[in-house]
Amino acid sequence: MKEKVLQVVDLVKTYTGLRPVHAVRGISFDVMKGEIFGLLGPNGAGKTTTVGIATTRVVPTSGTVLVDSVNAISDPQNAKMRMGVVTQFNTLDRSLNVRENLFYHCRYFGYSSKEAKARADELLELFQLTDKVKAKPIDLSGGLAQRVQLARAIAHYPKLLFLDEPTAGLDPQSRLALWEVVKVLQEQGVTVILTTHYMEEADVLCDRVAIVDYGKILKVDTPENLKKSLGASTFLDLKFVETTADDLSKIEAMDEVMEVEQLTDRVRISLKDSNSVAIVIQKAVTMGLKDVSIIEPTLESVFIKLTGRELRD
Amino acid sequence: MTDQDFVNSGVDRTLTKSSNLDQQDSAPSLRVALNGKTLSYKVSSGRTFYGLMARDLRVLSKNLGEFASRTAMQPFLFVFVFAYLFPKIGQGFSGSVGRNISFATILVPGLVGVAATMSGIMAVGLPLAIDLGVTKEIEDRAMAPVPVWLIGLEKIVFGAIQSLISALIVFPLVILIPSTPVQVHVANWPLLILVIFLACLISGAFGLTLGSMVQPVKIGLMFSLLVLPLTMLGCIYYPWSSLSSVRWLQIAVLINPMVYVSEGLRDVLTPALPHMAVWAFLMALIITAAVLLFAGLKLFTRRVMS
Ligand SMILES: Nc1ncnc2c1ncn2[C@@H]1O[C@H](COP(=O)(O)OP(=O)(O)OP(=O)(O)O)[C@@H](O)[C@H]1O
Ligand SMILES: [Mg+2]
Repeated sequence: MKEKVLQVVDLVKTYTGLRPVHAVRGISFDVMKGEIFGLLGPNGAGKTTTVGIATTRVVPTSGTVLVDSVNAISDPQNAKMRMGVVTQFNTLDRSLNVRENLFYHCRYFGYSSKEAKARADELLELFQLTDKVKAKPIDLSGGLAQRVQLARAIAHYPKLLFLDEPTAGLDPQSRLALWEVVKVLQEQGVTVILTTHYMEEADVLCDRVAIVDYGKILKVDTPENLKKSLGASTFLDLKFVETTADDLSKIEAMDEVMEVEQLTDRVRISLKDSNSVAIVIQKAVTMGLKDVSIIEPTLESVFIKLTGRELRD
Repeated sequence: MTDQDFVNSGVDRTLTKSSNLDQQDSAPSLRVALNGKTLSYKVSSGRTFYGLMARDLRVLSKNLGEFASRTAMQPFLFVFVFAYLFPKIGQGFSGSVGRNISFATILVPGLVGVAATMSGIMAVGLPLAIDLGVTKEIEDRAMAPVPVWLIGLEKIVFGAIQSLISALIVFPLVILIPSTPVQVHVANWPLLILVIFLACLISGAFGLTLGSMVQPVKIGLMFSLLVLPLTMLGCIYYPWSSLSSVRWLQIAVLINPMVYVSEGLRDVLTPALPHMAVWAFLMALIITAAVLLFAGLKLFTRRVMS
């Protein structure tokens, strides 16, 4: 049995005001040690609010969060010691340069001046920021700023790292670089909770994903299982020289085929088993197959299936 | 290094340099993240407080020249025009203060007091309003392992320190520049220290309260509606007792905490001037400090933790 480093139980958050906002409407999940756990959901789903509560910066309406068995709501001080956060928006200290950002963060965590200096320099080295030591946060590119924020978030050796939409607004190159760093951190034993509305990120990076919508979790599983849960493991798009109704019913009758859908210029079929791709193509060739493409299901399709809406990007 | 270079050079190589060391268990300090370590160390709130203070002092030291000239400019010009120039060119104020006390003497406690009071409000209030409302830089400090109110308290103390520095900058100006004699005499040092301490505390706490309350877009409005009346009606340029000829105003200004700072300093710095009773200004200062301290910390905590 793996150790649970984060337990979120029946979390509810209603922002009071003229028009109350039910941002989180009963969210529960556990995160195991060493996992990269993703909260995937569209804008306004309640991801930031959930992370905010877990990191003690938002007061929940009800519910509990245990961080490494410490109650984050009743004992925030102890919980904060165990966590690092990269918030959705750049919160680097603009009055300080890059090195000072790391240095003073360590000071906030009780490091002496000497220890903080050593740790800051070490992080600059590890995150390859040595040529940006004196740079001001506002002069950094999005990717670099995010790297500094990441270095700062783990400076005090947290057990748990929260990343709120860490790659939103980054160019593909920086996004890849950040994924690399997160993977390395995982190798080194850090447990990562990240939110994203970017399904590829959830798919590539996360061991398990919770699909969040309207303040609720719709499903939690590994990306593979989520995709399998669609009922089909693989789709095929077939293009024929000419598509006749007769052909269509023949395809529908195949043992390997689960569903058939006629699109404008092609036929999309879902397979019961991804191993039957070759058999189906062979049969289709006899019907005058012109072109074929294999489509693996994505988390996007899982989301559409669950909510009837697109995740959008 | 760009992100492109970063990917090319391989994050793995650099970061795993440390994980290799992990396996040899030789240099635990090089680990990027090491679970066991979090459990073994405990942070005392005092050290965090000290770290927060060190950060603010560092930022202040970067802008020290700017800070000093900003603090000195207004009182300098004020003393120069009214206490140096006016007597020289034969223009002057004829107050009902009498007893041959120069206007310059009246200005000493007033200008020192207003510099101290405004300095903390500005130093804490302005940046905080922007921080809480726009940049959210405070979030990193909010994650420090201390209760949130302690982060607010640090802001108050820091504001109070700036207030004290401002008072120390202004004091020589108001003594040395006037062309007429200035009668300053400190009879009661403990009382002087107490009054200055309370004034600085009020200033920092006022700053925290305003910074936590005011939306950044409303800062301009706050100044015209609050800071200006606070100053103009704060018994800075005239002793409170001389308001007796405008009785309603004399009573109305009693809601202004600035009045008690001015009158308190008048008592401890220029005892020759008429001033409010010691018990009266002390009690008012203590109550004001307590209320603002409580309100500031409460509002700040509520803003940081939504
Ligand atoms: N401080 C607040 N006061 C009132 N409503 C809020 C507050 N913060 C968030 N909300 C609302 O709560 C809901 C959930 O917001 P949240 O930021 O948690 O969503 P999210 O999943 O992080 O979305 P995004 O992708 O936009 O970051 C939204 O409708 C948002 O408008
Ligand atoms: Mg969000």
